[in-house]
Amino acid sequence: MTDQAFVTIKNAAKSFGTFEVLKDINLTVQRGQIVAIIGPSGSGKSTLLRAINELDPLSSGEVWLEDVQINKKLPYRQYEAHVNQVRQDIGMVFQHFNLFPHLTVRGNITLAPRMLKGLSEAEANKLAEEQLAKVGLSEKIDEYPSRLSGGQKQRVAIARALAMKPKVMLFDEATSALDPELVEEVNQVMKQLAEEHMTMIIVTHEMDFAASVCDRVLFMDQGVVVEEGPPSVIFQNPENERTRNFLRKHLSR
Amino acid sequence: MDLDLILRVYPFFLEAAWVTIQLSVLTALLGLTCGALGAAARMSRLALFRWIGAVYVSLWRGTPALIQVFILYFGGPQIGIQLDSFAAGTIALGVNIGAYMTETIRGAIISVDRGQTEAARTLGMSRWETMRKVVLPQAARMMIRPLGVNINALIKGTALVAPISVVELTYTAQRFIGSTYKPFEMFLLAGLLYMIIIYAVGHGINWLDRRARIT
Repeated sequence: MTDQAFVTIKNAAKSFGTFEVLKDINLTVQRGQIVAIIGPSGSGKSTLLRAINELDPLSSGEVWLEDVQINKKLPYRQYEAHVNQVRQDIGMVFQHFNLFPHLTVRGNITLAPRMLKGLSEAEANKLAEEQLAKVGLSEKIDEYPSRLSGGQKQRVAIARALAMKPKVMLFDEATSALDPELVEEVNQVMKQLAEEHMTMIIVTHEMDFAASVCDRVLFMDQGVVVEEGPPSVIFQNPENERTRNFLRKHLSR
Repeated sequence: MDLDLILRVYPFFLEAAWVTIQLSVLTALLGLTCGALGAAARMSRLALFRWIGAVYVSLWRGTPALIQVFILYFGGPQIGIQLDSFAAGTIALGVNIGAYMTETIRGAIISVDRGQTEAARTLGMSRWETMRKVVLPQAARMMIRPLGVNINALIKGTALVAPISVVELTYTAQRFIGSTYKPFEMFLLAGLLYMIIIYAVGHGINWLDRRARIT
């Protein structure tokens, strides 16, 4: 692990019409770091996450992955080619999994690597097997997503993202849509990634998970980062009144 | 009811039904082509194409198909388009149903969950790769039934080429009424043959739809 900035967000701002979702946000994530973003709904945390891979482009500000500016202003064709390239390095996991229902688990995992990295069928199959083993679902390789539980779907979605060998993983409330008893199996996979020093940015409502896995926690409210620091400080000794209020509601549950 | 008459004329009706089937197949193929192009235009990144698509849909859905047939067949020669009645009928009806199919196809495509596109784009797939490998395979399943509804309408709509003397079912019925004065029998026979065609096509659509669901 080095101390270099890996993901850098500079002066990020975004508005929908007159509504400012993000106001001048700065964030630096180092290689191997795991950052949790917490905050009430509508605080802009998902929007910030989705700005990192240009799903919701910023109105102003910059996003960098190492020495590449992700949100470069370019003519349409060049811009498309550029984002398609950089997105390969940024894995994303969604609240609602978004598995491709018309493809098997194998098809879900191998589609992008085959198409974008030119893997042969054999190479892609090997890759799918490796990634599935990692999330503990080897036996489901030929199932369709409709035959999987929510927790299994999310683990396949993680395997699909990992198959592109991303440099950073973004998790957008990855466990929010799951039944409580299925949350743990997904958390386990994320913990395992943490142990492998995958750089991760995690938007979550799960304070325990954030406290146990993350190196840093950002508390966002109304489009700004209200407070940030190591989980020990944010969860046990927050400085800001708004952070305290939010945590009182969420930790007492 | 004059059964004897029906037995005497039905071979002519079978021949006419064959013309109706040919008309229907060609119209459907042209309609699907126009529908696919129309949907692509309606969903284009370029405003000009979106505008062309929107104008196509609103003009062709906004006027009676019969008028469109008349404009092409009777009006065409005035602007140098000389077509026989079968060709004029097929083209007019095909382009007409294409406007409806444009909306059917577009509707199926936009009904695919946005999350699907987001997941594919996040992996690095381009707009077109995402459309081809993720969105269209799912939309295709969803458009089978509504396209079946369009095709059902189109088959019945082929009756609209009777006034330009294409010898299909409706025209044939009218012609025999002229000589037999038995409209009840003649229209009933024509109606029955339309029903058989539509029933068969409906079965085909159901079969396709079921198959698409299993895999």
